[in-house]
Amino acid sequence: MIVDKSETMNIQAAEDVVRVRQLVRARAVAVGFSLVDQTKIITAASEIARNTVDYGGGGKVVIDDVRSGVRKGLRLVFSDEGPGIPDVQRALQDGYTTGSGLGLGLSGAKRLSSEFDIKSAPGAGTTITLIRWK
Amino acid sequence: MAATTDVIPQILTKHENYLLGQWLAKLTASGVEVGDKTELNDQARRFVAGLRKGSEGGRPDNISGPEWADARAVLEDVSRSGTMRGATPSQIATFVFSLKEPLFELLRRENGSDAGKLAGEIWTATQLLDRLGLYTTEIFQRSREEVIARQQDELLELSTPVVKLWEGVLALPIIGTLDSARTQVVMENLLQEIVNSGAEIAIVDITGVPTVDTVVAQHLLKTISAARLMGADCIISGIRPQIAQTIVHLGVELSVVSKATMADAFALALRRLGKTITDRERKSPVKAD
Amino acid sequence: MEQIPILRIGDCLLVSIQVDMHDRLAMALQDDLTNKVVQTRARGVMIDISALEIVDSFIGRMLNNIASMARVLDAVTVVVGMRPAVAITLVELGLGLSGVKTALDVDKGLALIRHLIDEGEGGALDRRQE
Repeated sequence: MIVDKSETMNIQAAEDVVRVRQLVRARAVAVGFSLVDQTKIITAASEIARNTVDYGGGGKVVIDDVRSGVRKGLRLVFSDEGPGIPDVQRALQDGYTTGSGLGLGLSGAKRLSSEFDIKSAPGAGTTITLIRWK
Repeated sequence: MAATTDVIPQILTKHENYLLGQWLAKLTASGVEVGDKTELNDQARRFVAGLRKGSEGGRPDNISGPEWADARAVLEDVSRSGTMRGATPSQIATFVFSLKEPLFELLRRENGSDAGKLAGEIWTATQLLDRLGLYTTEIFQRSREEVIARQQDELLELSTPVVKLWEGVLALPIIGTLDSARTQVVMENLLQEIVNSGAEIAIVDITGVPTVDTVVAQHLLKTISAARLMGADCIISGIRPQIAQTIVHLGVELSVVSKATMADAFALALRRLGKTITDRERKSPVKAD
Repeated sequence: MEQIPILRIGDCLLVSIQVDMHDRLAMALQDDLTNKVVQTRARGVMIDISALEIVDSFIGRMLNNIASMARVLDAVTVVVGMRPAVAITLVELGLGLSGVKTALDVDKGLALIRHLIDEGEGGALDRRQE
């Protein structure tokens, strides 16, 4: 994968979630996503950014323009040094049904992305990677 | 076994005309439709030149290197002109394969006394020509795939029309399978039409959807949910009993009214909108006294 | 702190969300609306989201909460003006918004609220008369 452009942003407070949305929108427009695809990736970013603030104790996001073969896309890597998620698989499934804050955002963001990866363990922080291909 | 050969380039240089003559005769004799004789001669000549260049500089076991670029280019030409004439992949590949016999004959002439060496050279030559012949098949495949991809895109766009049946009533006849890519297009078209027409009822007709399994049912429900969020209610038409079962089985969140035919669905839509259809008053016939 | 204005039209409250809300602002709106419904004894609440380019799970839950709260207070809630891209994304996100009624625009929204309020009151009467 080739990275063409990279930007980092700190996410500490609720207002930062809004700024993440605005920044991801600008980048998504620049990559040339359709309106629906823009909406999807911005919404996914909003979910994960909020989790980073609410559950991760704050963190950062790295936004990359990426290329793989003929595909172009946007990659977002959220990371925090928070308490971590004890059971990732369950968090991805359960949240959807119980409607609890953490779960719906995670599973929802996954559904809205072309690729989704999450690394998290108690005490080891969390890193979530989302990619949306054009 | 992959060894660079200098025998083949030597033969190609020394006996070029003889080789070409034999080869072209073979091609014509094989009954393969060759189209324009001049074009064929030209392609054959260029191929021999490309073959010489490739075997001089490159390895016979790997034809993707730059030394083989000329040879590949000729084969691309041959494939293209062959496809346009309606030739099959086998016929196109015969262009390369029919070079074997005359080439082997020349190899035998040059190395006849040394059986071991002859066997080695023939093996190298056959490997090489096999690869080159198969390359034409790959080109054929690739161009086919490009055509299919383009047609699929066009089909996707054309096959999801949204029709206005009446003021406030849209119809969405779905023909063919509903996969996730198609569902996206369907949703976008339907929602845009709802915005444009201000429709409050959308009839989703699935008569033309061959199978409705849980996956397709979920796509349908997504479409219906999306329309609902835009303030439009959906009625499904063309529903068969098994489909009704699948939808119920999914534990549907919304209740979706379904009708067997679009006519029934349309009648329901009109009722919901408070419309009735009446006959125009007929003039009574003049009585004959 | 900024506040989202809530207008009153007869027995309805109208909110038009024009800004990209951060979570605190959304919570404040929720509280504000609840108070106003009680204060004004509103029968209908209309939330215009036509300016919203993004509705994520937080905003979605806010809308659900407002509708639930309003129902308890005998008021109907209608959300209007959802953009197609937002609707498609919400559906993909898996957020039902099942407790919320929707309409295409403000006009239809007001008509729907009217219909729901009248039906609610008249419905009981009609059944008795049968």
